[in-house]
Amino acid sequence: MAVRDLSCELCGIRLDNPVIPASGTFGFGLELAGEMDLNVLGGISLKGSTLNARYGNPLPRIAECPDGMINSVGLQNPGIDVLVNEKVPALREVYQGAVIANISGFSLEEYSECCRRADECEGIDIIEVNISCPNVHNGGMAFGTSPQAAAQVTAAVRSQVKDKPLFIKLSPNVTDIVSIAKACEEAGADGLSLINTLLGMRIDIKRRRAVIANKMGGFSGRAVFPVALRMVYQVSHACSIPVMGCGGVSSAEDVIEMMMAGASAVQVGAENLRNPMACPEIIGRLPALMEQLGIESLSDIIGIID
Amino acid sequence: MKKILFTITGNTCIARDCYRMELCSETDCGAADGEFVDVAIEGLYLRRPISVYDCTERSLTLIYKNVGAGSARMAAMVPGEKLEILTGLGKCFDPEASAGAALLVGGGLGAAPLYRICRELLERGRKVSVILGFNKADEVCLGEDFRKLGVEPQIVTVDGSVGLKGFPTDAIRQIAPEFDYFYCCGPMVMMKAVCTMLDCPGEASLEERMGCAAGFCYGCSIMTSNGPRRVCKDGPVFKKEEIIWQ
Repeated sequence: MAVRDLSCELCGIRLDNPVIPASGTFGFGLELAGEMDLNVLGGISLKGSTLNARYGNPLPRIAECPDGMINSVGLQNPGIDVLVNEKVPALREVYQGAVIANISGFSLEEYSECCRRADECEGIDIIEVNISCPNVHNGGMAFGTSPQAAAQVTAAVRSQVKDKPLFIKLSPNVTDIVSIAKACEEAGADGLSLINTLLGMRIDIKRRRAVIANKMGGFSGRAVFPVALRMVYQVSHACSIPVMGCGGVSSAEDVIEMMMAGASAVQVGAENLRNPMACPEIIGRLPALMEQLGIESLSDIIGIID
Repeated sequence: MKKILFTITGNTCIARDCYRMELCSETDCGAADGEFVDVAIEGLYLRRPISVYDCTERSLTLIYKNVGAGSARMAAMVPGEKLEILTGLGKCFDPEASAGAALLVGGGLGAAPLYRICRELLERGRKVSVILGFNKADEVCLGEDFRKLGVEPQIVTVDGSVGLKGFPTDAIRQIAPEFDYFYCCGPMVMMKAVCTMLDCPGEASLEERMGCAAGFCYGCSIMTSNGPRRVCKDGPVFKKEEIIWQ
């Protein structure tokens, strides 16, 4: 078998392969360091961080769905200080790939301060700003549902992020994702991650109550793949900055499909919860699949669907 | 944590809606390293966490109740069928925590995870008392297994159809066993009653709806006296004093 080139590039950061566990589905990487060789992963998007520690939402936070799941964790995290002072340095001891800090907030000031701290942190390669969390009130997703608000957050964090590529993670819970993507690009984003979860709900018909304590949550998993793929396709063709494709990816075939739609790298989310070894298994399968499909280098197929 | 493809060797109904599934693996299954396993079931997205009843290097026994879509599919499975299972998950009951005499309190199928700790305590020469609570006669099970270990479990049923009448806490008052430490598993309301009533230290195995079951999705984090703790990874067994009851 000829050597297949799995490498990809995000704003000057080279990744050995395009597969990245998505934020919130892989902790801070450290939780799985004893279970796998983390260094096979192209990058790791860390659990979303806010300025202060958050316990998150009441339980139950998880609901089963056909070909997917709903989560309503609510940004449980130890706060930005612990991220930059403890989690990232500890991860750096064992991991050489791209470390992506995922930042959330409840105000422009909070987003800015968190991004400033992340930008100063040596172990972080890329900053991914989450303006799309459906699980917290008055925060997250509200910033990602209008082009004006998205541009405002992007401009605010842009002024703080001087050294690292700045990605904005978009919500699918909008009428026109392209207009929001373009607003972020114009406001100075270096790249875009999409999609976050779709707002969803389940009801326990025996108990006559919502399965999730917060009633609604973020729907993800295989079922959302066609929606995610369509949005990645639309956004990557409308914008000239790189896109990290995310949403329902569960196989090497999905990675190829996402890249053909226009993704420069691919995040794997809910699948990690079903199978903690999903990312290493997908990466392991990519060379044979590339051989089968006559792909020499993954970078050759990015956005080949016109 | 290991991902193991097991073959079902037995799957029988042992009480109303309760099943004993026997499985075998071709390699070291790693089930002994954890309190529970996470079972992948065809047609369902998330795995189903189930406590380990018993295990050896290449065998696993699960006692489960048919309560939903996942367990209903498991109940319909027959010997020869395969199940992919994540093993070695969660922190186990600590046999070293009891210095002399231990009390085990189970409610319903909460009795299942007490079987291994019962044997481990007996192997360490501890005195063990067992109280198993059920709603009524048709749910009573597992007593014979404890008897084979050399312990006569006190059965207590809500309707009094078998053993004493009432809840496990009533049985504790009536038989007044000697113990310096307790282990309990069952419905939250029962564990709360046991932990609140008993003055001595002890531990309880909690249950929550889980996502990854391996500590990285934070879907099952509860607030404890030591801050947020993941039921799947920091538990499911917690010391009594750590648990904040709702």
